[in-house]
Amino acid sequence: MKIPLIYNLRSLLRRPVSSTMTAVGVALVVAVFIAMLALANGFRMALVRTGSPDNVLVLRKGADSELSSGVSRTNAAIIAALPQIATGSDGRPLASPEVFVPMSLDAASGGGDRLVVTRGVSAQAFEVRQNVRIVEGQRFAQGRDEVIIGSAIAPRLAHSAVGDTIHFAGRGWLVAGHFSSGGSAFESEIWGENEQLMPILRGEFFQVVALRLRSAALFDEVKRVLEDDRRLQVDARRESEFYSSQNGVLRLILNFLAVFITGIMAIGAVFGAVNTMYAAVASRTGEIAVLLTLGFKPRSVLASFLTEATFLALVGGFLGCLVALPINGIVTSTTNWSSFSTIAFSFLVTPRILLEGIIFSVVMGVLGGYFPARRAARMPVVQAIR
Amino acid sequence: MRFFPLIWANLTRHKRRTILTTASVALALFLFASLRSVVTTLDAGARVGSESRMIVQSAKAIVFFLPMSYKERLAAVPGVAAVTWADWFGGVYQDPKNFFASFAADAESYLEMYRSDLELPADQRATFLRERTACIVGQHLLDKFGWRLGQDITLRGTIFEGDWTFTIRGVYRAVDPAFSEDALVFHYSLIYERYPQWVNPGWYVLQLRDPSHASQVAAAVDSMFKNSADPTKTGTERAFNAGFVTMWGNVSFLMNSIGMAVVFAILLVAANSMMLSARERTNEVGILKTVGFTDRLLFGLVMAEASIIALGGAVLGLGAAKALYRPSGFSAMGFLPGFDVTLGTLALGCGIAVLLALASGLVPALSAARLSAVQALRHVE
Repeated sequence: MKIPLIYNLRSLLRRPVSSTMTAVGVALVVAVFIAMLALANGFRMALVRTGSPDNVLVLRKGADSELSSGVSRTNAAIIAALPQIATGSDGRPLASPEVFVPMSLDAASGGGDRLVVTRGVSAQAFEVRQNVRIVEGQRFAQGRDEVIIGSAIAPRLAHSAVGDTIHFAGRGWLVAGHFSSGGSAFESEIWGENEQLMPILRGEFFQVVALRLRSAALFDEVKRVLEDDRRLQVDARRESEFYSSQNGVLRLILNFLAVFITGIMAIGAVFGAVNTMYAAVASRTGEIAVLLTLGFKPRSVLASFLTEATFLALVGGFLGCLVALPINGIVTSTTNWSSFSTIAFSFLVTPRILLEGIIFSVVMGVLGGYFPARRAARMPVVQAIR
Repeated sequence: MRFFPLIWANLTRHKRRTILTTASVALALFLFASLRSVVTTLDAGARVGSESRMIVQSAKAIVFFLPMSYKERLAAVPGVAAVTWADWFGGVYQDPKNFFASFAADAESYLEMYRSDLELPADQRATFLRERTACIVGQHLLDKFGWRLGQDITLRGTIFEGDWTFTIRGVYRAVDPAFSEDALVFHYSLIYERYPQWVNPGWYVLQLRDPSHASQVAAAVDSMFKNSADPTKTGTERAFNAGFVTMWGNVSFLMNSIGMAVVFAILLVAANSMMLSARERTNEVGILKTVGFTDRLLFGLVMAEASIIALGGAVLGLGAAKALYRPSGFSAMGFLPGFDVTLGTLALGCGIAVLLALASGLVPALSAARLSAVQALRHVE
């Protein structure tokens, strides 16, 4: 027969300070766990969202980033003529030969400078990268010294408001607008027209050509055609895969940190729970003996104490989720080591991460409660009742 | 001291509890020392590099090259004793995950510039300089991949296309542990043979005659190239390295806030177990008071017990961190060269342990001291 839950609840409430401390300890561990995962997740999603599976990036053979790539004007024209490329509203192929270069720009506060990716794009870029939206102002005008700035990086740069003039590459550029792109890494970039940016940046060649395919299924065919073409010497990568594969080392470090820090914290919290539960068992020796005498099976006593520990940890888990929730959306920045430039991204708390936090707290409760519960269940009745 | 046996008896009464509490304090301080060392190592990395050397880079961004012709003009700037340059090669060894720094350099002047920072045996140095396809690597890098002196290694170029094979002709040790031993340096002329139009200095290094003239030299260099196609940005080597460290973003804030959470969580664990112990001993406190123990003495006894747990945990945790990282050569895949727990961190950790002892012992100690003997004896478990 099961021991009613109300017994556990009342027991916990009889030791309010000790119960609260244990629950808060678990809550802190869960909060840090969630924060670390949200950080790693935010960074990953910023990269993943950058690419679309319908898009193809064409880079120089062997280049592992846009920074180290180069595609000549002639080759860009050959690539843009592929029949598999979708056509835009103006009837032209949706191919954007792009210039990609990190520029050093003045930071908004605290002085110093930031390396920010400056991307020169063609007029088709807004149809190739369909998640790009102007949130303030308008697009840059063709043939003028105008740029648009990503909404994540704009607050971190000086002279970045719409209508201001931002200086780089020895020239002033009118900020025509700000754009968003669904939280992707593009929001940490400055976009201008490729023909305006190319000559002053890195000479007569593009870094990448971004294509939109008529259908994602055509990728393998396009890849084969491009990579077999001896004139081109290029690699074709699916855009979504390309961006999500970047910064593997940094993501590895973030994940390692999450596991390492919360792992050690969790062991400490489990120790705390073990102490609390052992003390609970010790101070309730008489009660347990009575329960056993009344005919409750040792198994029920074990289950009861395990439930109590788990419940305590679960309360801590929920508390931890509540504490960690406000960090969702907080913007932070680090360096995208593939381009040596600033990437701004936000902590991203997902339901999945919250669930993982809750599961984590349950695991801590079960681990912390098992041995004390087993002791309670194995208690010799005659001795205990004395 | 004569009450030590009593304190010890109290500590060993619940051996499991004492061990678990001490272990959680140890874990917390181990974690604290680890997190704190990330910050101090990054700071040490920002201080590595000399004030008497300057870095000249493109004003546009670090990824732009500077013309080779600047070398002679920089050497002619008053106050400059020597000039060398290097360029980021960005080679990949087998797998992109095996990341390490590789530079193409003007080898002879480069080694001369860093003569006092890099320990390189004279014979290895001579062989390296003589041989076109030779390279030198840091000791740590050599150990990491199990390379041998004289071995050929092949890197895939990410910036300079193709496979590049180098012969390891020298292994250097860094004098300052914060100076990276995870780097590979080779002759730029090797790239020049294949891509004569591409290889150019990524940055120049200047040796100053007098470090106090740094700002004048920087101003002279930058104004000399101001109106050229490749304007420059000049700063001390130390500022250059510090710039890379800030690129990580707000690491110290992240590490410190996690550290706070860890310490606070463990404080709860420790305080909780001290309170559990105290509650179980209410009867004894009454007896001790009856036989003439003063309030002050009882307060001291409980505080001493809390201190032993906290300080014992601190010694274990901080000691483990100190003993583990440096001897094992941990460097977070080369991102944190010279990772070590500093004396400052150890002192701070001990400070936290003292606070922990005070905070966890205070409530039970006070209540033990204030309790009246009659009340305590009446207390029924």
